[in-house]
Amino acid sequence: MSNPEIKGVISSKAKLRMTLILIAIVGVYIYTSWATRSTPGDLIRGWSGFQRITTDLFPPNLAYAPQVWDKLAETIHMAIIATTLAAIISIPIFLLSAANLFPSPWIHQPVRFIMNVLRTIPDILLAIIFVGIFGVGVFPGIIALFIFSLGLLAKLMYETIEAIDMNPLDAIRASGGNTLQVIWYAVLPQVLPQFVSFSLYVFEVNVRASTVLGFVGAGGIGLLLQQQISFFNYPRVMTIIIIIFVAVIIIDYISNKIRERIV
Amino acid sequence: MELIMPPKKKRSVKKIIRNILIAIAIIALYTWTFVSIDIRWDRVFSEQTLRNVGRVIPQLFSPDWSAFPKVMGLMWQTLQMAYTGTLLAAILAIPFGLFAASNMVKNKVLNNFSKGVLNGIRAFPELVLALMFVAAVGPRPFAGVLAIAIGSIGMLGKLYSEVIESIDMNVVEALQANGANRIQVLFYGVLPQIIPEFLSYAIYRFEIDVRASTILGIIGAGGIGTLITISISNRKWDEVGMILLVIIVVVTLIDTISAQIRKRIV
Repeated sequence: MSNPEIKGVISSKAKLRMTLILIAIVGVYIYTSWATRSTPGDLIRGWSGFQRITTDLFPPNLAYAPQVWDKLAETIHMAIIATTLAAIISIPIFLLSAANLFPSPWIHQPVRFIMNVLRTIPDILLAIIFVGIFGVGVFPGIIALFIFSLGLLAKLMYETIEAIDMNPLDAIRASGGNTLQVIWYAVLPQVLPQFVSFSLYVFEVNVRASTVLGFVGAGGIGLLLQQQISFFNYPRVMTIIIIIFVAVIIIDYISNKIRERIV
Repeated sequence: MELIMPPKKKRSVKKIIRNILIAIAIIALYTWTFVSIDIRWDRVFSEQTLRNVGRVIPQLFSPDWSAFPKVMGLMWQTLQMAYTGTLLAAILAIPFGLFAASNMVKNKVLNNFSKGVLNGIRAFPELVLALMFVAAVGPRPFAGVLAIAIGSIGMLGKLYSEVIESIDMNVVEALQANGANRIQVLFYGVLPQIIPEFLSYAIYRFEIDVRASTILGIIGAGGIGTLITISISNRKWDEVGMILLVIIVVVTLIDTISAQIRKRIV
């Protein structure tokens, strides 16, 4: 006779727990979809809207495309400047937040805390605040992207630094090197490829983010998108969307190829 | 005795030329950027800016607590939108993930098509998707939920397909050898291997979606973003400060909880 306690791989207690979790997940879904009026029924009722918008959007007005290039270029410029600034300024920040370089929690904890807070603020909200301070234009957009990228880059980099090979650092310290020499000869050579790769990744993120900053007056192609939407000029809207789509895909492709060769 | 340095590596002419070309390309890119960017420095460094700094910054850091109930109510709606959208995406992304995984569906055309759709979705910022959905179904949370759902499918589908491609195929083959049909293989061979990772990715995406849904209201798609636009147009910066505080605290809280859950799952 087989052991009566073994009825399968999963114990009945675990099964009960999983069932309860599943019921909770589905229950919360039913509640939230009702509260936000987003049930499948609403989807069916909203179907005519989708049909209308699709027929409005097509065919795109491609004659409008040449007028979009300037704003597209502006979007890319904003991403380039913000990423470059963030890459440079993040260097001291991620060095200070790496626990293996600065073991004292009094140094790395506050720096990390500030960066964590910065990362939780959506970039478009930052853009709104900076537009309120500096007025409409590309400058508030660049500052917003810069601050957001700073938090992202700092986090990616200090995690990389904490995973490096510590032997070269010890060797340089043992032969009398000071902190700056340790960083210059042992840390930077190890993390430089990742640093370039992450910076390119942040650039991709920034291109995507900068396409919408124009909604709040912070420069870039989003301004055109918002204008044409408010004029209900849907064929032009579709043209802008296609251009954003193609530009993002091309930039991602190039940046991915470079990153593959670096790391 | 004379100390000799190790010989320097010879660099091929080809590599030198390549490096020079890269340098030229980078310089050209930056020249193009700095020549054509249109920053109005006179407006950035004007008296108006100084006055704004003096007015806005102190108000941002003294949040208006009387707005707290209103802000929390809309934050609650934001969380509901993120939850509904993420769960929809987590389920809808499963077929995409299966079709995009080369070890599940052997048809190369179908693989590449699904991958293409997923990559295409990821190229759009949520806000652009939301803009379209607001135009389609009107300015309400439903538009935000749809934007979150569609936007999340792109990332979740891709991550799912990677998880599926990395499963242990021996289990699947053993089932097939015993005469199991496709549905049985899926339920007993594939799903048990992928569920923990799928859950973990879905929870991770929920974190991202909470952050994303806080701003959808700016274009009318529901949630706390609605209040942001109103407060800004009334120049109530202390209310914006309250909104900022709530977003920072709630997002940090969600991130911490979800990280704990994910640690236990995988």
